[in-house]
Amino acid sequence: MFDTALTLADLGFLAKGAAMTLAVTAVSVLAGTVLGILFGVIRNQAGPYWSMPLTFLLDIFRSVPLLIQLVLGNALQSIMKLGWAPFTTSCVVLSLYTAAYCTEIVRGGISSVPATTRRAARSLGMTWWQDMRYIVAPLATRVSLPAWIGLTLGVMKDSALVLWLGLIELLRASQILVTRLQEPLFILLICGAIYFIISFPIARLGGSLERRWSND
Amino acid sequence: MFSYTFHWNQALKALPQMLDGALVTLQIALLSMAIGLAVALALTLFRLSGNRILGGFATAWVEIARNTPALFQIYMAHFGLGSFGIHLSPYAALLAGIAFNNAGYLAENFRGALKAIPETQTRAGRSLGMTSLQAFRYIVMPQMLRVAFLPATNQMVWAILMTSLGVTVGMNTDLAGITQELNARSFRTFEFFAIAAVIYYLIAKAVTLAARVLAARMFRY
Repeated sequence: MFDTALTLADLGFLAKGAAMTLAVTAVSVLAGTVLGILFGVIRNQAGPYWSMPLTFLLDIFRSVPLLIQLVLGNALQSIMKLGWAPFTTSCVVLSLYTAAYCTEIVRGGISSVPATTRRAARSLGMTWWQDMRYIVAPLATRVSLPAWIGLTLGVMKDSALVLWLGLIELLRASQILVTRLQEPLFILLICGAIYFIISFPIARLGGSLERRWSND
Repeated sequence: MFSYTFHWNQALKALPQMLDGALVTLQIALLSMAIGLAVALALTLFRLSGNRILGGFATAWVEIARNTPALFQIYMAHFGLGSFGIHLSPYAALLAGIAFNNAGYLAENFRGALKAIPETQTRAGRSLGMTSLQAFRYIVMPQMLRVAFLPATNQMVWAILMTSLGVTVGMNTDLAGITQELNARSFRTFEFFAIAAVIYYLIAKAVTLAARVLAARMFRY
């Protein structure tokens, strides 16, 4: 293990893979969060009965394996002759996947704000938007942020599955190196270490935020 | 529409085959869950034991399981263990990977659940003459499992979804593997995978429903 055929260029190749993982994650989380906030507010405004179609639709993304979703998304884009690159397809599917989970988080955050607080705001003459912006948003963020950090890390880890569409992200990059150098354990350990180094500090931050903010 | 003709008949003809695959999927998920629960209990005991080495081992397991992708863990079982002369079949690698993942997440769930049980109860048990293992087994564990039941149900759904990753290491008997094989033969990707998606959805919903019924029966009081 100590004399390895791994060169600096190979490490660069892994780093490129890691950058791809981060890029897919960043785009998907950003788009997914925007959609998730939108859907979360809609679900909260519409109430459980009228938001049933939306709830059902989003539930599908949480009950079907991501791998199947990616394959279906890819098949669909080729059927519709959209001509998307694997990167675009991956980001679209992952965004919807993220949005499905984010909706739950946002909805939970909004419903954690006591109805009396919101009514107090409205009776002070605030509009619905002002109530949302100045009362609900800060309080709900406090409740939702730890879960959202967890979701972001989850998406980062799940983004490994985009290798099935031929995107060379971190795990696929290490697989290519394994095939070439025939040192599976060593290279996979490096790959795992990179994932761990990205994920662990943020997970810790989320955990400490959760502890600090749940006390009062 | 889109100048593509859907061939649902061809895909539906393969439904019995896919349902057989669904059984394998369910089997792997249940087995991985059983192994995961047992290991998670052991890890929880390690953490409670106060022994630094055992506690460190448990913490390392949990953090690695929770901070690396499940697919990476399956790859590790399939390709990585080869360096130690252990060559697992896709089935065994998939099972090992998911069980490893399940154990980590469940151990973390247990830790959260333990917070809901006052430490005074353990002390009360100890002062009644129970050994610490007895106090855990008869006082803490039943309550812990009760609190952790709902998160464990979620983990079970996760386990079912994770089984689909087996196809990336050459698994060809579970639902995803069979679907991929049918797809490779006919190139009816959308039809086959849409049916697979419906089956996965139904399994996930059935498990959630079963867990809810089970919880209502077990936790009546």
